[in-house]
Amino acid sequence: MKTQWKISPYLYILPAFALLFLFRMIPVAMSLVIGFFEWGITGSGTFIGLKNYIAMFKDEVFWKSLSNTVWFVVLVVPASIILPLIFANLLNQITKLKSLFRIMYFLPYVTSLVAVSIVWKIIFSEQAGLANSFLGLFGIAPLGWLAESTGIFKLIFGSGWPDWLGGPSLALCAISIMTIWKSLGYNTILYLAGLQNISKVYYEAADIDGASKFRQFWNITLPLVSPTTFYVLIMTTISSFQAFSQVYLMTDKGGPLNSTKLIVYYIYERGFDALDMGYASAVALFLFIILLILTIIQMRGEKKVFY
Amino acid sequence: MQAKIRLGIIYALLTIFGLFMIVPFIWMISTSLMTQSEFNKQEAVFVPKEEYHVWNTDAGQRRILVVQAEKDSTVIHVLNKDLKIEREYIKVPSNAIEQVVKKPSFHWENYKKAFKKVPFGIYFKNTLFVSFVSLIGVMITSFLAAYAFARMEFKGKKLIFLLFLSMMMVPAPIYLISSYMLLDKFNWLDTYQALIVPWCVNIFTIFMFRQHFRSLPKELFDAAMIDGASTFGILWRIVLPLSKPIIATASVFALIGSWNSFMWPLVMTNRPELRVLQVGLSYFNQEASTQTTLLMAASTFSILPILILFFLAQKQIIASTAKTGMKD
Repeated sequence: MKTQWKISPYLYILPAFALLFLFRMIPVAMSLVIGFFEWGITGSGTFIGLKNYIAMFKDEVFWKSLSNTVWFVVLVVPASIILPLIFANLLNQITKLKSLFRIMYFLPYVTSLVAVSIVWKIIFSEQAGLANSFLGLFGIAPLGWLAESTGIFKLIFGSGWPDWLGGPSLALCAISIMTIWKSLGYNTILYLAGLQNISKVYYEAADIDGASKFRQFWNITLPLVSPTTFYVLIMTTISSFQAFSQVYLMTDKGGPLNSTKLIVYYIYERGFDALDMGYASAVALFLFIILLILTIIQMRGEKKVFY
Repeated sequence: MQAKIRLGIIYALLTIFGLFMIVPFIWMISTSLMTQSEFNKQEAVFVPKEEYHVWNTDAGQRRILVVQAEKDSTVIHVLNKDLKIEREYIKVPSNAIEQVVKKPSFHWENYKKAFKKVPFGIYFKNTLFVSFVSLIGVMITSFLAAYAFARMEFKGKKLIFLLFLSMMMVPAPIYLISSYMLLDKFNWLDTYQALIVPWCVNIFTIFMFRQHFRSLPKELFDAAMIDGASTFGILWRIVLPLSKPIIATASVFALIGSWNSFMWPLVMTNRPELRVLQVGLSYFNQEASTQTTLLMAASTFSILPILILFFLAQKQIIASTAKTGMKD
């Protein structure tokens, strides 16, 4: 087919393009500027320059939500790489019942975050929750979970531990556990696909050389799935920065003591509870910049050949 | 021998991990079938059971509530068939009282009660309506755009494609507030349009279709061109029938996505009549936070359709998930 000026290709793209332009490109462009205005819920805004941004940098709750979010990423991301890698390796070694296990692991990923958040909220309830019943099997005293605002390091090392080194609250850890569980199956499937692409020849050669299974995993598997690891690392980080529903459903407005207030929940709260849309948009733009940097890292990294 | 032990350990580990993954679901279902007091007591964690007392009289057994038990005599309330109190504070000999444990005992009425409290029927209908109308929209816009991207040459193709790609990268929380303001300008807040029209385009689906169209043999299109078929004719008569499997897979993904979407409908609608299932469930979560068993019943009910869809299409879902993670 020759390249020529024709009207029809544009007609084919038009419906998708029009919708994207109206409902994606315009809002994205708007979100770049709304932060410089003071907006009520409706009507027109007043230009106030950098005032929202200055207020944001002075806002303790903003910093709290940002540090919560960073802790949340630190808690969720490593586990979302290591556990799926283990699961996928185990799954890759069996033939029977493989699809049954895959279904079991994948199930949480397809179910709605709203429903499973409610279920996990009840699992973590102090009185009759499954988490405390489980700990009880090992003789461990019931924990406060979602009601516990104390940092986990302080809980572990006792009351002599300094407050500022307390770390993420137990409540935030509970939310992290649920989040890890939710996406575990998805990452496992990605790793499984990555493992199946590794040629058996490497392992056969290693067997002949007498390398142990662990050395084979360390020296062959790990380097060869590194593209998947990189993809999972960046994607899980980006999606962890966007967590919202868990906080909305499992906690009382990001409590106790703002210890589970993640940044997207804070955007929601300032925008739709406090109706300060300019400010909320300023926070959103800040988040956008973080995510943009992560996306650029991801695209750069993808081009590099790992092995 | 050693290999067998190894395999045994692998299966054991996989089973333990697998149980951890599905225990929350099992617990959800079993809790949804308990009475609230049984849940609060936490005696039977997984198997709903029922414990009650009966009074053996000459006329037969009666269900009772024990008020105060002593060695010789017990004060009881006698219950009628609907378990309402019929006669209060009667003193009877203790040896006529017997404890009964029925196991398992399923309280399906929790589902009825949850339905009575909240109009889940309306939410369900709203979700179905929004999901299916936007699905049709997504299929039409994606099919056309993907065909142009895969099989046509035109100026600015690369640039437009890149623009689509970059829009896919922007996460929803970023444009949530600006979208709210935009829909407000359209007077679309609190309408079905707000839930449907912006979601009638799905860049991920466009990619899936584009990939598929590129995999179809070129000769197919050439032959049709020689026969004098129009581009649209080719699309309708040749490409569409060959795309049924990919349409099915893409539909499943789009349906799961729109069924589970929460933040957008939460923000864009307010009227109870417009609530979709996820939003309705979140309101129920606030209103009935102490009625654990009803919450569990509602949760079970809300994920059931997606579970059925997943079990029917799990092979395709898992296979395409594996593919999307891999770059070409």
